[in-house]
Amino acid sequence: MAKKHSVKVVMDSEGIDRCLTRIAYEILEKNKGMDGLVIVGIRTGGIYLAQRLQKKISAIEGREIPMGILDITLYRDDIAKATQKPSPGKTQIPFDLTEKKVVLVDDVLFTGRTIRAAMDALIDFGRPKMIQLAVLIDRGHRELPIRADYVGKNLPSSLWEAVSVNLMEKNGKDEVTIEEDH
Amino acid sequence: MTKLTKKDILGMADLTVDEIHLILETAESFLEISTRDIKKVPTLRGKSIINLFYEASTRTRTSFEIAGKRLSADTINISASTSSVVKGETLIDTARNLEAMNPDIIVLRHSAAGAPHLLAGLVRQSIINAGDGAHEHPSQALLDMMTIREKKGRIAGLKIALVGDIQHSRVARSNIYGLNKMGARVVVAGPATMMPRDIEKMGVEAFTRIEDAIVDADVVMMLRIQLERQKQNLFPSLREYAQRYCLNRTNFKLAKSDAIVMHPGPINRGVEISPDIADDSGFSVILDQVANGVAVRMALLYLLSGGNE
Repeated sequence: MAKKHSVKVVMDSEGIDRCLTRIAYEILEKNKGMDGLVIVGIRTGGIYLAQRLQKKISAIEGREIPMGILDITLYRDDIAKATQKPSPGKTQIPFDLTEKKVVLVDDVLFTGRTIRAAMDALIDFGRPKMIQLAVLIDRGHRELPIRADYVGKNLPSSLWEAVSVNLMEKNGKDEVTIEEDH
Repeated sequence: MTKLTKKDILGMADLTVDEIHLILETAESFLEISTRDIKKVPTLRGKSIINLFYEASTRTRTSFEIAGKRLSADTINISASTSSVVKGETLIDTARNLEAMNPDIIVLRHSAAGAPHLLAGLVRQSIINAGDGAHEHPSQALLDMMTIREKKGRIAGLKIALVGDIQHSRVARSNIYGLNKMGARVVVAGPATMMPRDIEKMGVEAFTRIEDAIVDADVVMMLRIQLERQKQNLFPSLREYAQRYCLNRTNFKLAKSDAIVMHPGPINRGVEISPDIADDSGFSVILDQVANGVAVRMALLYLLSGGNE
């Protein structure tokens, strides 16, 4: 069995918060304000980051930016082959996406397959004017032609390393770690 | 989290509490898909589902067909009256021929209890029981449980009354198995001629008066009087049945003030349920049951559609 060792913390709570503050400003700068802008978090890590971005953007602009939750299980490209199906979570998009600028939010960008699935899912809800992508960590190793518009931190990693984004809402603390599997 | 490891869904009797929870939670996630503009997800692309119905059905067959289509599976409907069954082909031969066409799931409704169990042991496809004789109708019980959970927030501890022809009702049987497992208190009422002997052994209390069953109930589930069985003289006349067993404003007052009314459909207005009860959306959840039925069937098709091992 593989032994895990050398867990390295690459970002702490303040680091995560600073990244999100910067991304919030970048989103507003790039879109020239928040008109027609909505945030959609990808289950589960993306939800909490999307909620934090929603808070930050709403505080800067002085009004609430709409936020939705997307579960991509049913759009995964490996779902037909799975013998035992993962139970999908709820998707909640309480607004019309047509002609909206959508900022998709996820914790880690890796192969890009989750984002591919998320884009397919979003388009089933309407025809957005534009889809942008915000991630806290980009760890490379893309298998599809996808890149993020907003990146908290680029974290070059090996395929045998595990990158985890721990968030207060889910794991009780804010921390990004990289762990080597031997 | 629990996974569904079964090949087939044959009845509530052989589902575990964890499996029931998994199916209901999956169904709750699927509910939203039916409210979208584009009511379709690509999940079961390339899978084929055969609805093999040896008995008449509107709700169940349409529900399974819509469920399959919303998951992007190809659904094929076969009703016995327009198939080789009329030429005398046996169920086993029909099943073997369908198996040779390599579908992924066969949904079977048959008038003989145990027919899906027979097929399950015979063909490699997953079999879903969509009603076998007076035995079981698991997808109906699951959608009933989903509706109760949606309206009441729980199943455990609720008093649930089933009223009508318990003897011939596969809906009653499946619900008794399922609701008991989930910790509800189930009571039944109906004419003695329609009450199975030793019904108490299924873990329910039985009454012959509707009033005794529905007093303080959280859920009143009315069963359809199967008019096609009227010739068996199980009760003197429909009118007399209605006088004694019809759910109306007067006897419904005996139930809890926030009680809900359910019915698996099709309803016989004025026989087992009075129209003003059936149509009052204040407590009648009959159409919510139908909406939840699609989600439950999507969950079953999804959880059973295994990959190529």
